[in-house]
Formats: sequence, structure tokens, C-alpha cells
Amino acid sequence: MHELPVTEGILKTVVEASERNGARRITAINLVIGELSSVVDDSIQFYFDLLSKGTLAENAALRFRREPSIAICLDCAHQFDARAPLEPHCPQCGSARLQVKGSREFFIESIEVEDEDTGR
Amino acid sequence: MKIPVARNILSANDQIAADNRALFDRLGVFVVNLMASPGAGKTSVILTTAERLPKPVRPGVIEGDLASRIDADTIAARSIPVVQINTGGGCHLDAPMVRRALPELPLQEIDLLFIENVGNLVCPAEFKLGANLAVVVASAPEGHDKSYKYPGMFAAADAVILNKADLLQVFEFDVDYFRRGIEMLNPAVPFFPLSCRTGAGVDAWLHWLLEKQSLFTEDRKQPIVV
Repeated sequence: MHELPVTEGILKTVVEASERNGARRITAINLVIGELSSVVDDSIQFYFDLLSKGTLAENAALRFRREPSIAICLDCAHQFDARAPLEPHCPQCGSARLQVKGSREFFIESIEVEDEDTGR
Repeated sequence: MKIPVARNILSANDQIAADNRALFDRLGVFVVNLMASPGAGKTSVILTTAERLPKPVRPGVIEGDLASRIDADTIAARSIPVVQINTGGGCHLDAPMVRRALPELPLQEIDLLFIENVGNLVCPAEFKLGANLAVVVASAPEGHDKSYKYPGMFAAADAVILNKADLLQVFEFDVDYFRRGIEMLNPAVPFFPLSCRTGAGVDAWLHWLLEKQSLFTEDRKQPIVV
């Protein structure tokens, strides 16, 4: 439900970045989302479509790159993908001694823009 | 053309959180952001903690709620300074909301400020407020799977309270299982099973909290080295 303020943040940042670079239109926005952050891609897309109308970012493609979280078994060293709900036991040896390494990061990596003059 | 941005999406919020923190630091206010599901007992934890504080440590409260002043009135009835933030349906507090509420609190007369976040185990974890500590309150009736289902929240905690611990047996709550889920994400995070109703376990929490608060106060007394 907090995707509205998150999307407003994205839009503000990308419009400022493209204006600073003299771009006329944003064609793509590359986002990185840690698997442990609670942000929902579809919901961002929904708000983005609404909020970006009439801005430099209208019709820009949102590209989400999910940074995976990894669970490591402290007994057999097996590694596997970790996402909510977390697996309580190692699928290989059954141990409950697990460590999850993952990021809650959520940032804009880059944007792709076109300049009106060159059309590129 | 590709333009690198490399900017945290919530950096505008984070900046205001840093401003809030600078103000708290300047005034010597130690701040705890309490996060939990609705009904876990955030308000009870605040009241139970506040009534056991030693005299020199004066409490204050920021109450976050969707609507209503029910919790704020309960706290005000104990003569604790309190300000209510109604988010109007918003699922979390953010740093600008806290900033707007601060002028209504006598911050000079507060040493330990509790911010009771909106009841929700998802969104509040993403928004910094400027607090010194993020404390998650879980409770026995919620079930022992919450640490597995809401990893973001438990990964963000500086301490976890398990409230209503007097009811663990009734709800067949497996404390070890719950705790393993937390430690998977956040090893060695302080964990305090307690009951606000009976008072059991409250001392350990209070002792830890006051230690953190006094370390903060000590730090402020150090001369500033440029």
C-alpha cells in the first residue's frame, strides 16, 4: 500500500535527473529491488501509469531487477533462494540453522532518455 | 542515452528522517520507533514501560493511527505528553508526518520518545523516521510464523518484544521456532518475551532500553572533537 509514495519518489527523481541532463523524454527506468523489501512491482506500475501522464516519463518502460536473497545452511552449507515466507528448514539436510543474506535495498539504478533534437 | 542515477527511492524521506534525528540529538531526546501488527500491544508496551521509568527519564509519545484518538487519549490520561498523527488511511508513518507533529510536543521536557507506528508488519519497515531504535512488538495470539512471513520487518529490528507471553501455551506458540525465524535474518538481535498484563519479563526489556538510552545520554556529554 505504500507504493504510491514510492512511485511519487521515483517519478520526482527521474524527472529531475533527465532535466539536469537536458533530455526531453524518458524511455526506460531501471530499478533495483532487494527481495526482502516489501515493494510490489505491479503496484508500482499501476501508480506509475497514472502519475507519469503528461510528464517526461510518460510511457517510459519500468524495468525491475530483483536482487535475490540467499539462505545458507550453517550445517551443510547448502544455499538456496530465500523469499517470504522463509523456509524454516534446509531442503537438503533438514537443519533449522539457517542464515539469510539479502537486501532491503530499493533504488533507481539508471534511466534511459531521448533528446528531442537527435530523436535518440 | 543512459544516465546513471543510483539513488535510493526513499531518499527524500530519509533526508527528513536525518533532520528529525539531528533535532532529537540536539535536544537529547532518545527515540524508539515501535512497529507491530494491530493489536500486538504497542500502546500497552508504551504504558507499561513509561510507568516503570526512573524519575529522571521523562517519556513522551507520538501516536500514529489511521484515524481516531483512542490510543492518544489513553496515554494523555496518564499525564504523558502525547501528539496524535492521523494518517487518514495511510498504512505507515513517514518522516515528514513526524516532523509536522514535533512542534506540538514539549521536546525539552522529554528524554525518551516513543513513536507508535501504524499497526502493520509491512510498510513501516521501509520508512525511516529519525528514531534511534526500531523495535518490533509481536504477540502470542499472532502465531509463531510471523518472522517467516514478514522478513523485511524482522530484518529491520534493533530488538524484538514478544508480548502476551502469559498466553504462549494457550496459543501453542513455539518460541524457539519464532526466534529462529528472526535470527535467520537478524542474528543476535535482543529478544524480550514479556507480558504487559502480568509484568513478567518487563524488567529485562526496561533494563536494555535504559542502557541504550543512557549510552546515548553519555555520548552527548562528550566534548565535541572537531
